Amino acid sequence: MRFVDEYRDPDLARRLADAVLARASRRWTVMEVCGGQTHAILASGLDALVRERVELLHGPGCPVCVTPLETLDRAQALVERPDVTLCSFGDMLRVPGSHGDLFGARARGGDVRVVYSPLDAARLAAREPARRVVFLAVGFETTAPAVAAAARWARKQGLANFQLLVSHVRVPPALEAIASAPDRRVDAFLAAGHVCTVMGTQEYEPIAARHRMPIVATGFEPADILQGLLQAVDQLERGAAEVEIQYRRAVRPEGNPAARALLEEVFEVADRPWRGIGTLPGGGLRLRGSYAAFDAERVFPEVTGAGAAESPDCRADAVLRGILRPPECPEFGRACTPDHPLGAPMVSAEGACAAYFAYRAPEPEEDPP
Amino acid sequence: MCLAVPGRIERVDEEEGLRTARVAFGGVRKRVCLETLPDAGPGDWVLVHAGFALQRLDEDAALELRGWLAEPESGA
Ligand code: SF4
Repeated sequence: MRFVDEYRDPDLARRLADAVLARASRRWTVMEVCGGQTHAILASGLDALVRERVELLHGPGCPVCVTPLETLDRAQALVERPDVTLCSFGDMLRVPGSHGDLFGARARGGDVRVVYSPLDAARLAAREPARRVVFLAVGFETTAPAVAAAARWARKQGLANFQLLVSHVRVPPALEAIASAPDRRVDAFLAAGHVCTVMGTQEYEPIAARHRMPIVATGFEPADILQGLLQAVDQLERGAAEVEIQYRRAVRPEGNPAARALLEEVFEVADRPWRGIGTLPGGGLRLRGSYAAFDAERVFPEVTGAGAAESPDCRADAVLRGILRPPECPEFGRACTPDHPLGAPMVSAEGACAAYFAYRAPEPEEDPP
Repeated sequence: MCLAVPGRIERVDEEEGLRTARVAFGGVRKRVCLETLPDAGPGDWVLVHAGFALQRLDEDAALELRGWLAEPESGA
C-alpha cells in the first residue's frame, strides 16, 4: 500500500536501529503513548533491535483500555432498555464490564451493533425513528472529530433519537501526569501520530519545556517508530527538549483546522476518569450544553453504571505510567489473560499487557546485556 | 484504535447535506466523509479514520524516505 509499505522495509529498519545504537552514548528510556505503536513495536520486535541503548516503555495509549468500568456498565444498562440500539466500534464491544461484555448483552437479546463510523450510527437513527440509537463514543482526539461531525449532522437533521455516551480522552494531560510523577523513569516521549494529525503539536510545547523532555510526533510503521526514536535520542544526546515531527507526511504543526473547529463546536474539555490511572484534569471531552439533547447521560439520567471495584492485584497504575513493565506484574499470564483481564491494559489488543501477552508469552523477558 | 488508512479521492459528492468522497484503497472503494477536510479534492491522497478524512498526505515528506532508501549512509 502506498505511503505504508515503504515504511515496512526490514533493511531500512535495521539501518535506522543501527543509527539509534550509534547515536546513544548511554541507555535512554523512551515511552510511546499510542496503542497502535505499542502493537507495532512488539509485533515487529523493534524493542529488541535497540534494547542495548534504549528501553521502550508503553504508556496509556489505548482509549478502549482506559474507558472506565462505570461507562461500560452504563452502556450495559442502556442495552437492557428494549427501545435502545447501542452502537460502537468492535473493539469496545468486547471489553468486559462488571457483568460481561456488550456482545454478551446481545446474546441475551440486546440490540448491539458494530459500526465502522459514528456517522453510520446517526444514519441508522434517521432510518429507524422508532429506535433510540446510542453511540458509545470512545477514542482519542483522532476519533473525536468523526463523532463531532455525526453529532452536528444529527442536530441539522433534527434527530431526537440519536444520543452519544461520551468517553473521549485527550493525550496531553496523560503526558503531563507521567512527566510530573516523582518516580518518573521516562526521558522522552513519542507522541501519537494520528492524534497530532488532528491536533497538531502546539499543546506539547509547554510539556516539553516544563519537564525538559523531547517529544516526537511519530507514525506507526516500523521505520517511522525507529526514526522517531532516532530523533528523540539525538535530542537527548544534545541536551535538547523540543517538539519535533517525524510523521511529516501526515502531521502539520497546526494539525487539521477544520477537524479542530468541529471539536471546538461540539465538545468542551473536561476532567475525565481514566481506567487504571484515575481522574486527569482536562483529561477528556464532554458535549457542550448546546448539544445536551444528544448526551446520553443527560437524556437517560436514571441509567447509571454500577462501576464495580477493580482487582486489588492489578498493577495497571504502575504499568500505564511506565513504572512497571507488563511481564513484571505478578498476575501477568497467570490470573490475568486477555480472556480474563484483571485490569485495563489487558482488555484490548492494543493495551500494553495484552500486546506483551500476544507476542512475548510464555518466555520471560531477557535482561539487557 | 487510532488506525488510519491512506486512500486516493476519485470523486467528490454532496449527500444528505454532507460533503463526501469516493475513495479508493487499493482495489476497494468506500464512501468517506469530508466534513473534517472540506478542501480535499479528486486526486488527493488522504488518511481515513472511522469514515472521515483526517488529513491530506504530503508527497514531498513521503519522498524523504526514498532518499533514505537510496543512500544507506544518510542521516546516520
Ligand atoms: S498483567 Fe493484568 S493484572 Fe497485571 S497490570 Fe496488566 S492488566 Fe493489571
